[in-house]
Amino acid sequence: MEIFANGAWLPLIFAFLMGLSMLIYSVLDGYDLGVGVLMRRATDEEKDRMIGSIGPFWDANETWLVLGVGILLIAFPLAHGVILTNLYLPVAFMLIGLVLRGVAFDFRAKAKISHKAVWNRVFFGGSLVTGFAQGYMLGGYILGFKEGWLAIGFAVLVGFCVIAGYCLIGAGWLIMKTDGELQRKAVKWAKLSLRGTVIAIALISLATPLVSPRIFEKWFTMPSILFLLPIPVLTAGLVVMIEVMLRRLPMVGDRFCWVPFALTVGVFVLCFGGLAFSFYPYIVPDQLKIVDAASAPESLVIILVGALVVLPVLIGYTFLAYKIFHGKAKDLSYD
Amino acid sequence: MDLDPTLLARIQFAANITFHILFPAITIALGWFLLFFKLRFKATKDAKWMDVYFFWTKIFALCFAIGVVTGITMSFQFGTNWPGFMTSVGNIAGPLLGYEVLTAFFLEATFLGIMLFGFKRVPSWLHSLATLLVALGTTLSAFWIIALNSWMQTPVGFEMRDGVAFATSWFDIIFNPSFPYRLTHMLLASGLTASFLIAGISAYRWLRQDRSPAVMAAIKCGIYSAAVLIPIQIFVGDLHGLNSLKHQPQKIAAMEALFETQRGAPLVLFALPNEETKTNDYAIQLPKMASLFLTHDRDGEVKGLNEFPGNHPPVKPVFWAFRIMVGTGILMLIFSWSAAWCLARRNSLPRFLAIGLIPMAFSGWLATESGWYVTEIGRQPWLVNGVLKTVDAVAKVPSAMIGISLTLYLILYAVLLVAFITTLFYMARRAGEKGKDDSSPSAGQAIVEIIAE
Repeated sequence: MEIFANGAWLPLIFAFLMGLSMLIYSVLDGYDLGVGVLMRRATDEEKDRMIGSIGPFWDANETWLVLGVGILLIAFPLAHGVILTNLYLPVAFMLIGLVLRGVAFDFRAKAKISHKAVWNRVFFGGSLVTGFAQGYMLGGYILGFKEGWLAIGFAVLVGFCVIAGYCLIGAGWLIMKTDGELQRKAVKWAKLSLRGTVIAIALISLATPLVSPRIFEKWFTMPSILFLLPIPVLTAGLVVMIEVMLRRLPMVGDRFCWVPFALTVGVFVLCFGGLAFSFYPYIVPDQLKIVDAASAPESLVIILVGALVVLPVLIGYTFLAYKIFHGKAKDLSYD
Repeated sequence: MDLDPTLLARIQFAANITFHILFPAITIALGWFLLFFKLRFKATKDAKWMDVYFFWTKIFALCFAIGVVTGITMSFQFGTNWPGFMTSVGNIAGPLLGYEVLTAFFLEATFLGIMLFGFKRVPSWLHSLATLLVALGTTLSAFWIIALNSWMQTPVGFEMRDGVAFATSWFDIIFNPSFPYRLTHMLLASGLTASFLIAGISAYRWLRQDRSPAVMAAIKCGIYSAAVLIPIQIFVGDLHGLNSLKHQPQKIAAMEALFETQRGAPLVLFALPNEETKTNDYAIQLPKMASLFLTHDRDGEVKGLNEFPGNHPPVKPVFWAFRIMVGTGILMLIFSWSAAWCLARRNSLPRFLAIGLIPMAFSGWLATESGWYVTEIGRQPWLVNGVLKTVDAVAKVPSAMIGISLTLYLILYAVLLVAFITTLFYMARRAGEKGKDDSSPSAGQAIVEIIAE
């Protein structure tokens, strides 16, 4: 147990890295899943531009999910088993959704024109199923995999919340990456999804402490309530700012078109922070603690060394890709 | 009806991995082909190389996308269906998988965007560099995954404490005894898969009177590389077999359907192996040839399945998969050499050979799949050879749930396979029609821009 005592900080580092990957994933794949869901309401010509705006990025965006689950798998093998066997069916549905939208993305541009409409629908459906399944999984996870209708109802609620959030960040992305009629539409979509997101965040924030006494205790006892208060207050502030911006967009010279997206990222970060605080120190709520689920320190060190070398490079070339494809999206072109 | 959950979980994982490997088998080598096309263009300034490049980048993108999404599926299935794998050997498998994601997966996925859509946006050298990094990424991916798989076949460099594996030497773990052979064998398999795919699809275009210079260039490229790779592959495959004989003799015994240890063992060309009676019915065999191949001595002793009671793989699937793989390899040799001969001598292909190349476009798939079936089924009943049995790693998920997910996956994969193949041929036809009225000004303009640099 000597080694373990010395390596006790390692599981926490990995829990942090895993959380970070999941957060980055929810922002990055969040916007392209959101664009997929919003595609339903666009004209054919707009659909091409929407796809064009996410084309160069979506492969890499999904890789963050692999990293997040990968860290769970390699750093916390016990938790990985418990979580994924409990979420067996939603995981299966999410994966099928991911496969469908991933392949539809490529098939729609390459298959016969007459099949394009079908692949567009598959892209929409796949995005919707993926987002919903992820929310459903999050809901199940928050409750520590409780069973019964109440738990299912809660998970469904979180499912809708995640879709609304993805639509919001997707619309923010489109406001930033497009112009003209599509941009105006995106502003409208953003307003709608903002309503949905706010209602959903409020419901979840109310429901979570009610269904989990442990989380209730954590949030509503005296010292912690003081330094937790900024989370809901800041979130509310950001929501108001998004609403104000949306009412003024699009502006002359396309100023501030990036603001709704950036503010939404802020909302995601805050929600994520709140959730992370609720769960800590558990990796499986109420069942398994982070330190008890970790792999051998020797193996964790090996991965950590690699991660510390690779992550800066990785973030570097991700920025490079975003810089190369910055500006307004055109139709997808392989030239 | 009560179905065994272990069996269902195995079928599900097999279905997933069978479908998944089809696409990496193409992209690992196709990435290097793309780099070759790009560099040929830079060297010759001949626009046909850019035509070839653009046509195959689209197919690369499609394969890559299917590879990514089915790969994600697999990373989740470790947890949903095989939690025992990570609890027992997670300390070894974890870092290897982690390095795959960190060093390879992000590299390829990010630079793919630049490679596919950045041609006009970045300088030509950066575009070539992106192509190189994508090819490098797919190959690195293969490196780590094969390292893990080979470790599962020939585990070394670890110690067991309370049923959990702990690493003692990472060098030994990565460069385990079967790793160099398996990696080379797989990289060559990918080279052949891509070569025959390029040759076959291009032959299809050529048969449809698509006489653009790009088509002939692609046919030659595919055929010549196949003709060079196949003899190397046969040689490496033989070495790989000898390596298995040393470390996993029970796998070889199943491949050869050798029920009893014997000297001067015959090479069974055809038979219906019968595990009940431990005989090969209707056998056609060459006397002493198996001993000659495996021990390089006509009277060498080859261990039979009787040495491994209850501890050897099922005979039939391994026996048949091995024969399908070797048979496909021989067809590859015949096709690539005769086509190469015709191309070199007459600078064209006889019609029957071109027609034959179309089904051969998928010969790499058949050989790769059957080869993996040999190696994976051949490892049973072990998940990690001698360390962890497959039955001990399976999740306690009810059969009904696995049944639902399995059914969905099977439908999905069947639909996608049909969609992929029809789209492939559709793209080939459309490229031909485009070539005829030459209505691709954008590509032409882009090329002018590149040359101007």
